[in-house]
This record gives sequence, structure tokens and C-alpha cells, in this order.
Amino acid sequence: MPEGSLALGVSTLWLSVIVLIPLSAVVAQAFGGGWAEFWDAVTAPAAIAALVLTLIAALVVSAINAVMGTLVAWVLVRDDFPGKRVVNAMIDLPFALPTIVAGIVLLSLYGPNSPVGISVTFTRAAIVLAMAFVTLPFVVRSVQPVLIELDREMEEAAASLGASPGVTFRRIVAPNLLPAILSGAALSFARAVGEFGSIVLISGNIPLKTQVSSVYVFGLIQSDANTNAAAVATVMLAISLVILFGIRLVGRLQHGR
Amino acid sequence: MGIRVFASALVAVAAATAIAACGGSSDTSDNSTAASGAPTTTKLALVAYSTPQDAYGAIIPAFQKSAAGKGVGFTQSYGPSGDQSRAVDAGQPADVVAFSLAPDITRLVDDKLVSPAWANGRYKGMVTDSVAAIVVRKGNPKHIKTWDDLIKPGIQVLTPNPFTSGGARWNIMAAYGAQLKQGKTPAQALAYLKTLLTKHVPVQDSSARNALNTFLAGKGDALISYENEAIEAQQKGKDVDYVIPDDTILIENPVAAISTGKHVKQAQAFVDFLTTPTAQKAFAAKGYRPVVPAVLKQFHFPKPSGLFTIASLGGWPKIMDTFFDPDHGSVAKIEQSAGVSTDK
Repeated sequence: MPEGSLALGVSTLWLSVIVLIPLSAVVAQAFGGGWAEFWDAVTAPAAIAALVLTLIAALVVSAINAVMGTLVAWVLVRDDFPGKRVVNAMIDLPFALPTIVAGIVLLSLYGPNSPVGISVTFTRAAIVLAMAFVTLPFVVRSVQPVLIELDREMEEAAASLGASPGVTFRRIVAPNLLPAILSGAALSFARAVGEFGSIVLISGNIPLKTQVSSVYVFGLIQSDANTNAAAVATVMLAISLVILFGIRLVGRLQHGR
Repeated sequence: MGIRVFASALVAVAAATAIAACGGSSDTSDNSTAASGAPTTTKLALVAYSTPQDAYGAIIPAFQKSAAGKGVGFTQSYGPSGDQSRAVDAGQPADVVAFSLAPDITRLVDDKLVSPAWANGRYKGMVTDSVAAIVVRKGNPKHIKTWDDLIKPGIQVLTPNPFTSGGARWNIMAAYGAQLKQGKTPAQALAYLKTLLTKHVPVQDSSARNALNTFLAGKGDALISYENEAIEAQQKGKDVDYVIPDDTILIENPVAAISTGKHVKQAQAFVDFLTTPTAQKAFAAKGYRPVVPAVLKQFHFPKPSGLFTIASLGGWPKIMDTFFDPDHGSVAKIEQSAGVSTDK
């Protein structure tokens, strides 16, 4: 390990180059035309509708992931079944697949000519579907190691004292997993808010109805309204920051209880 | 001074992230040896929109065999027209640019990367033409022949969002201009656009290519596109037909040499080569209409009776402002109402 001050210096430099300077540039550009222009850009009806749709869809996806991701992690850790290692390896694949490919696959599978009889594309449900696809690994991968490390003796003690499996899960397992679930859900949320490649293909992109913020911003950039695009992106960043802080706060309060 | 350097760095980073963030993917390929296999002495960077990629694949070797192209190698980059133009504007090295509509070149003229005289030549800076066409299902089961057929009850029409796809602005102006050709007033023509976009377009894809994918996936009865895209789709064996309405717009695709590059002379030679019969035939083989009349005559492109140009509607600079300004443009206002008045 490098010495403390050196490690701090290197990580600060790295964070600055990779995150802080680019994000500051976005915010700087957003206010390039002054406060009034910023306000007009983010209060345009289509901008507000897109932000609301994006945030609600991202929250729904985070909630779905919290439940389904924990379930998948549970099955992968506690159950044994043939092909388990293959399934375990497959979990990360949505990260590796270019999201535009994910969009085309979802379009052909769940579009008008769906071979499986499910047609949800060009609706708000399709947005949730695309977000769920690209954020699948987050909760699974954050819960899995905690579950592996979890002391089985606590559960056995609870069972021997007469607790039902449901009570054991709720009172013993869930509180231990909660921080991991929340941090996975927070990552899902952040990733879902910014998702573009798969959504642009299957959401329909009708303003005020099925257009998410990333696609709206894309339209602004294509119309050479870069300042407006940066303004909407800044609001996306700010709201995401507040929600991410909120999720961490809930985790800390639960932990300290 | 330090602050100024930092500020310009920030602007550069902002531009780069804006380009990266909008998902603009572009393919770059390197063709560093000439057709003869001899080492090349100069290398031109061609930055173009996606559709003519196959045509340039045939034209570049032909150029390298000509006297002017001896020893000239190429790097080629293809992507969405607007993204490519913005990338060159932000500093991507380029010697020749080929875009789907003139405003993407105008952007570079404004920043002194392209000479203001670029459109002064015999073909006004254009290398290929096309016309707006209506792509329909095989056999045209809904009997769609005219623009008015698109707003008949129950007809679903696909066209890309004109704010995410620069090329989709051709479609909108084709539909608008056709109404004027039929004797409607500008207000009636705008009302037609509003009906079309808010009542009959269930999906506004981000690009012409994505719209074609959505159509091929089974959505919609008609797709507004360009003749060359329709021909290419048929060449690739897709199950589609297309009709060219009597009243439709002439689509004109520009090319220009970058005036600040290292190889301005060779770049201009390549631009000139694009209007030779050899190059024009290569474009025509991919569905584009040649701009050179003598070459055009050798192909059998139908001539719509009511063909009109973008100039007849006022020209791009005026149209970009009155129709497509994101704040006060009339199409922007229609788009703003799209969500409230349609419900499938």
C-alpha cells in the first residue's frame, strides 16, 4: 500500500480527472446563459415530464431490483441446483452487452411481432423493462457476499428458539442484508436514471408521454441547444444526488438502530 | 490567464462529454495503403454520415487509381450526421466532410473550418440527391399512396423525432411542402403536421435507421423515409415496398473540404472526384440519385410531378429557425403537445 498522503493525493487527482472536472463542466455549461435561461430550460413542459417519468421509472426499478435481486442472490447462495455456476456467471452479462444491442433484443422479443406473445414496447412498461435489464447485477452482486458471510448460527439459534422461517428471515436475515440491498438499489437507481442506449430504441420517445430525460437531452444536443441540455442534465444529477444521499441515510439509521 | 486556460479546458471537456453522453457511436476504419499496395504519402480523414458508407467503400479505391488520388490514403469515420458535424466542430481531425443536410456544413462554415464558398460549385456543394418516400408493408395492404392517406383513421405512421434526428427534418418539410403544393395555406399545412405527429405517429425513433428497425419489427403501417434508404432496405432483402408521392421534396446531401487541414489540395481533389461519372454511378448503385444530369439519365429514377426543393420553402437557415428552434419553432410547439393529445 502506498503511504497515506500519497494514496490520498493520487485518489484525489484520479477522482478529479475522471469525475469532478467533467461534472463541474456540465454544471458550468448549464449556467452559461444565466439563471433565467437555466430555469426556462428545466421548466419546459417536456423537460419536466421527462424528468418525472425518468425518476419514477428509476425508483420502480430500484424497488423491483431490491426484491428480485435479493431473491436471486438468496437462491445462488443457499440453494444447490444443476447449472448454478453458469447462472452465477450470467448475472453480469447485462453489463457486458452494449445497451443498444439490449434494446434491439428487447424490441424483437417484446415488440409487435413478439415470438413469446408479450408486447410492451413503446409504452412506459418498456422503459422499466429496459432499466431492469441493465441494472440486474447491482443488488445481486452487493447482497451475495454478505449472504455468504452471514453467520448461519444466528438463524439456527432463532429456529431452535421456535421462530418460524418467515420470522427468522424478517428479524435476523433481512436486517443484516439491508445495507447491502440499499446500496445495490442506490446503484441501480443511478444507473437507471442515465440509461440511454436501450431505452431510445423501445420507449417510443413521444414527448410528455414516453420520452425519458436522457433521450430529451439527446434531442437538445441534436438541436444545438447544449446549454439547455446541460441544464436538464444538472437537474438529473442534483435529484439523483439527493436520492442517493437519502438511501444512504436510511441505511445508516437502520444500521444504528 | 490560468483561469482562462482552465475555463477553456472545461469547455473542451464539456463538449467531449456532451458528445460522449449522447451515445453518438461512430465507426472508424483505417485504409492506410493505396489500392496498388504502394505506401501512401498523404492521408485524408473522411468524416461522414452513416448511409453512404458502402458507396464510399467503392469510390475511395476508384479515386486512388486516378491521377489525383495516387498515394492518398484514407481514414474513414461514419456516424449520425449531426454528431459527426459537432465532433469536427469540437476538433476531430477531418479533411473531407459528408453530411445528410446542409446545416451540418453551415455549422463548420460559421467556425471557419469550411470556406463560405463551399456551395458555389456547379452542383452547389451537393454530391447526391434523393426524395422523401413512404415505406409500406409488402403489397401495400393499406393502399397508402399520398400524404393525405397517412392521416386516414387508424393509420399508424413512423417518422424519427426531428429534434434527435437531423435527417427527419427532411420528412417533416416534405409533408409540409406537399400540403402547400396542393394549394393549402401555411396554417393548414401546419395543422396537417399537427394531426400527423400527434394522432398518427405512435413512436418517434431517434434516427432514420432506428425507425426502419422499429418498422421492420412490425410497428406501424407506413414509415416516412428517403428513397435511397428504401432501395437499400430492398437490396438487403427486407420485406418492404415504397411509394413516392407526387408532391415530395428533393433531398440534397452536401460534401465539403475542410479548409484548415494539412492536405487541402488533395481533399478538394477528392471532393471534385465525387461528381465524376465513376463516383456518381457508385452512389446510384446504392440508391442515391446522381446530381450530374448525364449520369442521372442512365438510371430510371421516377420523376415526381410535384417535386420541390428546400430552397422553395425558404432555405435551411430560415426553416431551422421558424420550424425547428427548440424554444419557439412551430414543430417544437407541435411536439410539446404530442403527449397530451395522443392516447393509443
